[in-house]
Amino acid sequence: MDLLSNLFIFVLACYVGFEVISKVPTTLHTPLMSGSNAISGITVLGAVVLAGHAGGLAGEIIGFLAIVFAMVNVVGGFLVTDRMLHMFKKKGD
Amino acid sequence: MDTFIQIAYLVATGLFISGLKKLGSPATARQGNQWAAWGMALGLAVTLFDHQIMRYEWIVAGIVVGSAIGVYIARKVEMTAMPEMVALLNGLGGGASVLVAGGEYLIKDPYLFSADSLFTIGMSVFIGGVTFTGSLMAFGKLAGKLPGNPITFGGQKPLNGLLALVAVAGSAGLVWYPDSAGLVLGVTLLALVLGVLFVLPIGGADMPVVISLLNSLSGVAASATGFVLNNSLLIVSGALVGASGFILTMIMCKAMNRPLTNVLFGAFGGDGGAVAGATGDGSKSIREAQADDVAVMAGYASKVVIVPGYGLAVAQAQHVIREVASLLENKGVDVKYGIHPVAGRMPGHMNVLLAEANVPYPQLYDMDDINPEFESTDVVLVVGANDVVNPAARTNPASPIFGMPILDVDKAKAVIVLKRSMNAGFAGIDNDLFYKPNTYMYFGDAKKSLQGLVTALKEL
Repeated sequence: MDLLSNLFIFVLACYVGFEVISKVPTTLHTPLMSGSNAISGITVLGAVVLAGHAGGLAGEIIGFLAIVFAMVNVVGGFLVTDRMLHMFKKKGD
Repeated sequence: MDTFIQIAYLVATGLFISGLKKLGSPATARQGNQWAAWGMALGLAVTLFDHQIMRYEWIVAGIVVGSAIGVYIARKVEMTAMPEMVALLNGLGGGASVLVAGGEYLIKDPYLFSADSLFTIGMSVFIGGVTFTGSLMAFGKLAGKLPGNPITFGGQKPLNGLLALVAVAGSAGLVWYPDSAGLVLGVTLLALVLGVLFVLPIGGADMPVVISLLNSLSGVAASATGFVLNNSLLIVSGALVGASGFILTMIMCKAMNRPLTNVLFGAFGGDGGAVAGATGDGSKSIREAQADDVAVMAGYASKVVIVPGYGLAVAQAQHVIREVASLLENKGVDVKYGIHPVAGRMPGHMNVLLAEANVPYPQLYDMDDINPEFESTDVVLVVGANDVVNPAARTNPASPIFGMPILDVDKAKAVIVLKRSMNAGFAGIDNDLFYKPNTYMYFGDAKKSLQGLVTALKEL
């Protein structure tokens, strides 16, 4: 049953994604990509639980590595997107 | 406490969706990105209260190390290197999915997993693994650390298909043999190999498609991990990223007039090296121009359109081109930029580079908006672009790029092509544009050529 309700959420979220993003101008393609990329670092939530689980050193080290990977993705992604969009803002006016 | 966490997750989901929506418009994009970042911060903060967490040393260490690296590379990266950076981040996201799903399997009694959790663990390490090595390969090709040319060998496609099938079968096998860690490890290894093999035959200039697709995959990998953990926030966020990446993938394919399957399996073209048939045969002749000629033509024109391509990024010439444009504007010339959707190595790459050089974005025109203007344009400056301005796409049904939408620069009164040499573009085909009577070739490294043009314009 879990699988079905999860699939349900997944499919609906895909539809929302398509609707929300479908008409993005070329200028914003790169920021959209790096920003959405940062969101995919959401795996960090699972990594945090894994690293804090205290279920043995192996799990903790894997969790630690996963946190590092995901946090580079999240922090790097959001910051570099902000840096880019800041440049877009400066001009125009 | 769990209810509290779930409510916070719901708020975070809302922030992601509204953030992505705002990212779609130049006026609100920056705010949108910040909303998404807040959503992430909220999700992370409340997860720290998860009842399964017993100790925090590793968590704090991981967050500190990961954030520090993230801050460092986000500040250091050159705008020309954005495609590499995005590829690398994609890969890390995929890698995190492998580690989380694999780690989850490792620390728990495998017999406590439901059948569908076991299968999704397999799928999660599979998708994450392909994303991980696939992205690292793309990173290597983009950063020039690996050859950009497609690498092919016999039986490549059947082999990839077989690997994928075996990986899926292995994931299914976990349902019947929950305690065989070897299956999880095997699927992981298969995925890592498949990631390499899948990017290997794709040429350097097809990278906009590949990066978009890997972006999509990194989202799907996060989503799959959400299936494993029964975490709705992961599922939704991953799906949003998956959808966004997929949309970009399709836009890129459309801009090249090639179906996705052709990009993935076609082994099309290389990285812009010398290709047979690229040099003109005896009957065709080109006309060369020097800095002074170009300065006179552009300086006394009333309308100039600049068409940038990947060569501009390679030469890091975005600031100099802006200087050329300013000098021309001071002389009363109307200057616009015409940007092809697949110019560069990732979607929107040229726009970012020109933004870095402070080009106002109302001056940047998409293909459909600039094409009607070429007939009234005096001079087009093509800087490091080739296939996207090749008229064969419009006129020659035998050309491999026939049907691809292009910038109709040949309709302008004069075209000046800045290029290092007569080498063909990534498609490895000759460009008729170069032999047209109204086309002038200005050879040299784009940056040096443009600097020469700046000097000449100042003396004009």
